[in-house]
Amino acid sequence: MTPFVAPSLPSSADVSVGFVFVLCLLLILLVPFAGAGLALINSGLGRSRSAAHAMVGALCVTSVAALVYVIVGFSWQGIAGRPDHGFMIAGKTWGWIASEPFFLRGLHLDLSPAALVVLLQMLSVGLAGMIPLSSGSDRWRLGAICASTALLAGWTYPLFAHWAWGGGWLAQLGVNCGLGRGFVDGGGSGAIQVVGGVTALSITWILGPRRGKFSAEGMPAALPGHNVVLVLLGCVFAWIGWMALNSAGAMLFLGVEPGRVVLIAINTTLCAAASGLAAAVVTRVRFGRPDASLSANGWIAGLVASSAAAAFLKPAAAIIVGGVAGILVVLVADFLEFQLAIDDPGGAVSVHAVGGLWGVLSVALLADAGRGGLGAAGQWLAQLVGIATLLGFVLPLTYGLNWLLDRVYRQRVSREGEVQGMDLFELGAGAYPEFDIHGDDLLTR
Amino acid sequence: MKLAGFLLLVAGWAIVLAAVALLPSAGARLGFVLAGLATELFGLALATRSHLVLPAEGE
Repeated sequence: MTPFVAPSLPSSADVSVGFVFVLCLLLILLVPFAGAGLALINSGLGRSRSAAHAMVGALCVTSVAALVYVIVGFSWQGIAGRPDHGFMIAGKTWGWIASEPFFLRGLHLDLSPAALVVLLQMLSVGLAGMIPLSSGSDRWRLGAICASTALLAGWTYPLFAHWAWGGGWLAQLGVNCGLGRGFVDGGGSGAIQVVGGVTALSITWILGPRRGKFSAEGMPAALPGHNVVLVLLGCVFAWIGWMALNSAGAMLFLGVEPGRVVLIAINTTLCAAASGLAAAVVTRVRFGRPDASLSANGWIAGLVASSAAAAFLKPAAAIIVGGVAGILVVLVADFLEFQLAIDDPGGAVSVHAVGGLWGVLSVALLADAGRGGLGAAGQWLAQLVGIATLLGFVLPLTYGLNWLLDRVYRQRVSREGEVQGMDLFELGAGAYPEFDIHGDDLLTR
Repeated sequence: MKLAGFLLLVAGWAIVLAAVALLPSAGARLGFVLAGLATELFGLALATRSHLVLPAEGE
């Protein structure tokens, strides 16, 4: 049992608890728009012969994530203030894993903050699971997608989420070590986006690049997405979902007052806008014309970066957070492809891992010191410890789990399947039956 | 090289944890946390290098 005090659902003299509950519930019910947006983006950035597979994959990820999270995942994540397992270091208790019963037993799923947390997390874990989908596009088997998602929803995500949101040791850094108010990540830049992003990196490493992506000289070939309109529509859906996710997360995990929802929505929008524009400008300068898919990735990177600190930023700071995210996403995507030979069709690593890490750092760098007790110098250290945990614990864990999975159940589709396309090979029918011949189907592989 | 990279990632994290849990002064903590992060970055570079695709493989 840890001494961490749970942030209660915020209320003030003129706002009733019932109103706050309904507001939170409505916001959470909008979160699936973020998942729908990512699914459309993944599908649009992949090839047409794998478009239906990408959408079915997204549905499977959402389903498996929700089921596994409810069965076991929540048991390890828990809620701040409830029983967990901890260890003593230097006379202080550090919570490391929750001890809730399986299948949500022992929880009253009614008008309570705990019920809202469970609902939000059930949707968030699906969002995290959808991130690696884009990096494994065109070559990741459906069975392996489900198994990998089960590992993410059952272990990787709940562990880090307990540490950051469930009253675990990262959240306790403020109480135990005097580091600001502990690790702060309201909407999940770290707990959702970076966890998904480093899993995406693991998947690209394990699967390897698509056939034909790199020439004999090691030069990458352009394999453009098949439908940019889907990608841009996905950006709009994601925007709606992200405003809701950031608002609900900040209220439930950081205890911000309901009135801050407006500021959070403004900051989320400013981040996305600045990031999308920055990506468009950088691609215009580098390639002579703005690149549509990279600009879309910039938009999403802005949303990702906004999540951690949206409740604590001034609007001008939100523009800076977004602008930096947009520049980073283009440069990192280029670096990964040209220098490191990483084939990440949807840009999951640059958008979610790098954008998320920048978002976590921005809490210490740009958050309004007058809001939420973030002015303490130790806040820097708390955020750096969170980043170190994401790179030093979550990445090896998720890579190890997926590597073991690959030993017992090969994750990459066969050569035949890749040439034929995931739609026909795994689903038996294509997304666009009127286009049954593709230009690159005829190329020798 | 792959194993060494991942071991360095975990080792860097262990340095950060030990610094936060055991060191009392803010300066020493910051120094060791930065050292831990540098170790992690070195590990990440090694892990990345071990996954570099040879041209013949990526064909």
